[in-house]
Amino acid sequence: MTARTAAAVASLALALTVSACNDVYEVPIETPIQPKMDVSPFQRVLIAGFLAGGSEDVDANLETVRLLRSQLRSKSQLKVIDADVLPLIELANEQRTDKGDTNTNGAAPAAAPAGGPSPASNTTPQAPAKGKSNEGQQARIKDEKDLEPLEGIFANVDFWKKIGEEYQNPLIVTGSVLFTAHARSGFVQREQEVIDQLGRRRVVPVRTYMERKGFILQPKFIFIDGRTGTTIYSEGYKEEVLYSPQQTTPALSSYFELMDRLVPSFLSTLSAQKIKGSRILMK
Amino acid sequence: MHFRQTLVAALLVVSAWAPALAKGAKEEAKKHVEFGVTVAQKGLWREAIYRWEQAAKIDPNYPAAFNNLAVAYEHQGQFDKARKAYERALELQPDNQLIRQNYELFKEINDRTNRRGSR
Repeated sequence: MTARTAAAVASLALALTVSACNDVYEVPIETPIQPKMDVSPFQRVLIAGFLAGGSEDVDANLETVRLLRSQLRSKSQLKVIDADVLPLIELANEQRTDKGDTNTNGAAPAAAPAGGPSPASNTTPQAPAKGKSNEGQQARIKDEKDLEPLEGIFANVDFWKKIGEEYQNPLIVTGSVLFTAHARSGFVQREQEVIDQLGRRRVVPVRTYMERKGFILQPKFIFIDGRTGTTIYSEGYKEEVLYSPQQTTPALSSYFELMDRLVPSFLSTLSAQKIKGSRILMK
Repeated sequence: MHFRQTLVAALLVVSAWAPALAKGAKEEAKKHVEFGVTVAQKGLWREAIYRWEQAAKIDPNYPAAFNNLAVAYEHQGQFDKARKAYERALELQPDNQLIRQNYELFKEINDRTNRRGSR
């Protein structure tokens, strides 16, 4: 039994008990959950871009940036910076090359805000056209192993500090997003309507062997202090969805379905949330 | 001799009045608890906390006062205080299912918060 189911059963039992007693009162409460991070030093947030990979049907870097920006605009007090999405894979690869050849870090970001300052270095790659991130590079990343060598970019303090300076020291949100196709076969229990000998309709559970297809979404959000370039906080998630063979769900729909599950938790990192419930007062 | 007589007399008076005093204290505590419930239902949680704290001070063995205090602390986001109050309420009345269920719901939220914190 999951915690949620247990809570539901407990609430039901509670309601039944309450209805039987006179000296008890059910009251609604809103339990405040403090944000995991202290964002008070920041007025602005930059969703910079992500190391993204997996399915080629979804540009996980671009879609994640768009979604998080729009969520933060409506559900956070931080001002969301509207800048081009960083081609993070390209930059990470470049930093790896630089490190191997000349051991220099802190490549200037390729992207700049619309109408904002231009890229600081001629040697850095140019920002991709707005609305389309580095698809060519992204195709190379298929799983976590492919991501690992690139994750050093998150520890490159000089690089992030430089980006921070460029955007007036915001809170920077970056990380990685793997959105991969996934198939699983096995027995699935579903309900089937049957008509018995007396003509009565009944619903019975039926176990069927099915090959189901779906997607796994594995984002890791990294929060960087734009003033220092250091990581303040990070958290990872893994969500999956499976569909029956009859269903044809576009990859992008699945991506949003899975992100929908994660967004509240992402938002609660930055802003206080309230959990509604009820408790019993006694006399 | 005179002092001893006075002391005995005082003790007799106190022992005769003690149950009445205790009863009076319990009634006062109950009034605080009842008023706390009334104001909590109107959303005046700070006043409710004050009332239930008074009740718990007057009668430290009053489970309802501690249960209600725990709920109010939870509502205010004071999780450590809420936990202690729930635990005291359960210590006083271990078989009370209402307190236990309140506590279980509180723990679920608290554990979730702690899980997120340890990521």
